[in-house]
Amino acid sequence: MFGLEKKDSLLLLIVAILTMCAPFILNPFPTDSGLAQFNAGYPDLMQRFVIFGIFAIGFNILFGLTGYLSFGHAAFLGVGSYSAVWMFKLLSMNIIPAIVLSVIIAGLFALVIGYVSLRRTGIYFSILTLAFAQMSFALAYSVLTPITNGETGLQLTLSDPRVLGVSATEDGSIPVTNLFGAEMRSAMDVAMGPWTFTFSVGYYVCAVAMLLAFYLSIRIFRSPFGMMLRAIKSNQTRMNYTGLNPRPYTLAAFVISGMYAGLAGGLMAAMDPLAGAERMQWTASGEVVLMTILGGAGTLIGPVLGAGLIKYFENIFSKINDNVLHGWFAFMPDGIEDFMVTLVHPFVGKGWHLTLGIMFMLVVIFLPGGLVEGGQRIGRMIRGRKARDAKSTATKPAE
Amino acid sequence: MDAILLQILNGLDKGSAYALIALGLTLIFGTLGVVNFAHGALFMIGAFCAVTLQRLFGLSFETIDETQTDFLGNPLKVKTPYVEAWFGPDFGATIIDWSVPLAILFAIPVMLVIGYVMERGLIKHFYKRPHADQILVTFGLAIVLQEVIKYYYGANPIQTPAPDALSGVMQVLPGVVYPVWRVVYFCFAVLVIGGVFAFLQFTTFGMVVRAGMADRETVGLLGIDIDKRFTLMFGLAAAVAGLAGVMYGPINAPNYHMGMDFLVLSFVVVVVGGMGSLPGAVLAGFLLGILESFASTTWATTTIPGINQIIIYLVAIIILLTRPRGLMGRKGVME
Repeated sequence: MFGLEKKDSLLLLIVAILTMCAPFILNPFPTDSGLAQFNAGYPDLMQRFVIFGIFAIGFNILFGLTGYLSFGHAAFLGVGSYSAVWMFKLLSMNIIPAIVLSVIIAGLFALVIGYVSLRRTGIYFSILTLAFAQMSFALAYSVLTPITNGETGLQLTLSDPRVLGVSATEDGSIPVTNLFGAEMRSAMDVAMGPWTFTFSVGYYVCAVAMLLAFYLSIRIFRSPFGMMLRAIKSNQTRMNYTGLNPRPYTLAAFVISGMYAGLAGGLMAAMDPLAGAERMQWTASGEVVLMTILGGAGTLIGPVLGAGLIKYFENIFSKINDNVLHGWFAFMPDGIEDFMVTLVHPFVGKGWHLTLGIMFMLVVIFLPGGLVEGGQRIGRMIRGRKARDAKSTATKPAE
Repeated sequence: MDAILLQILNGLDKGSAYALIALGLTLIFGTLGVVNFAHGALFMIGAFCAVTLQRLFGLSFETIDETQTDFLGNPLKVKTPYVEAWFGPDFGATIIDWSVPLAILFAIPVMLVIGYVMERGLIKHFYKRPHADQILVTFGLAIVLQEVIKYYYGANPIQTPAPDALSGVMQVLPGVVYPVWRVVYFCFAVLVIGGVFAFLQFTTFGMVVRAGMADRETVGLLGIDIDKRFTLMFGLAAAVAGLAGVMYGPINAPNYHMGMDFLVLSFVVVVVGGMGSLPGAVLAGFLLGILESFASTTWATTTIPGINQIIIYLVAIIILLTRPRGLMGRKGVME
């Protein structure tokens, strides 16, 4: 299917089904039940899942395949957002030109930064990308205020000169982003028994974009180009001796991953047309690194899993407060209940970052292949005896 | 002339902080070959040692003071810190006032232990793993440490004032007045840096460590337990970062993300100075601190807007591209 091997097309199919049915899958609990707060099936969050999925898939093409650890990828996300919002301000509220522009601008930006940064490898490369990203952040925050609107962030206003379209709607509000008339924020609620499922246009646009991005990344992984990138990761010196110049390949990988980040930024702005400098800070780059590693760098599905997990944690786990905890442990005697609540309290709610940090450390220490490797190990354990033979042939993530 | 001098002075305190953190960072890199992204967190923990001590000294009990009444005539409750009750009001108040400098004594053992535990518990297992893994695991550790601090101390900056005697301004040179504490911080940094260099230069222990930095295997073959010494060096590096943090409190109120803020900059400093080069780290620290303060002058910001924000990164990019081993780095380190 689409020029993929059987295994890959199966994977793509599974991902497609999962993303298309996400409003059902992420809403397992009835709306009125106490567990409803674990439902993640609302449009805002689902959009974030897939958008950060795209971001992480792109990052994985650089880090997972070539092993270049960039700490500055959030800069491309930010650039993508800014260019998309400018397109909304100047041209039209249709998201297609905005996203196209954000991908192109982020690609050009990545070309410049990559051209310079890729002269160095290892930690020097990480520091260079970090320096560039912090520089762009500082510039967006202060000097480039005419373009970025400084610390307030770039927003749409009623006086925007939209060439194709109106500055303001008839009732005097700012027009909403749309795809040939289908408004991004329009959603349809379907009630089925005690469940309520929300289908939003914005989510499905993002989901289709992610599927395309995912398909493209499979093609890149399986192409001779992807093989070349893996070769660069495993031994660059040897590559040099065979007479191959790795620079064009790494640069191409860098630009591609920058364009993915630009696409993610553009989609983010398309869902909610504003852009701020915080998106470019280095901690935001750190987040995408966490996502990729957590899921499994160098694997196809890993980054998407990691992005989903972190965003789920960020939005759902952080809502658990002491009342909820007391509800959970209510069946215990009073003293033990309070003790359990104090014990769990630092890890949930506002402290979810702590859980994230610990989880991330555990993954780096014990599961260098991320959750995907964890899944493979469990699968092997279940299959029992075969494990010993399978160990030698098991697919390892690119090193 | 005075203006130039003032800018140099302005840069010194920030430069001292950069130099101290970068010194520890490069010490760890030079001895163990580990890229420690948790080093900023150690700096932050140091600062919170001072906060902790300040809180401990501030612990108080309430008594009813018959001599003071509120407007209804009821006797007022007054708070007396235990320290004042134990040591007498005058001496006790002095102790409370001097909590930041006193925290140095408190921070040294704490940081040594933290460094030792960190190396034995975590870093030890990452010597053979690629640098990317080291970066990642220490980055995770930094997040964890930062969140623990945030949980216990809250997210707001906590004021840790300098002792009254050292909190005013002084005349450094005719016509140039300058906050006393910043001068103290600079002198303290010079002392610590001098101490570390003297320790490495003049003690047998330091000599072995330096030999180990040059050729670990040979030193090991001579029958010296080099691993143990390197672990101690990690503790020492942690202590240097912690001391930098302890004394930095009065300049900038400690908060839970100060570590991450300084981390990026100190890495830039290390790279500019040359990875693994101790004098390079110190030199680059002061140099970049001073450069930053020059770039913050109104003259510079009006000529090139925003230069104060980007100068350090700009310098780092230029240095990395023209002289990848840094100002004083050896050839071939991590290239």
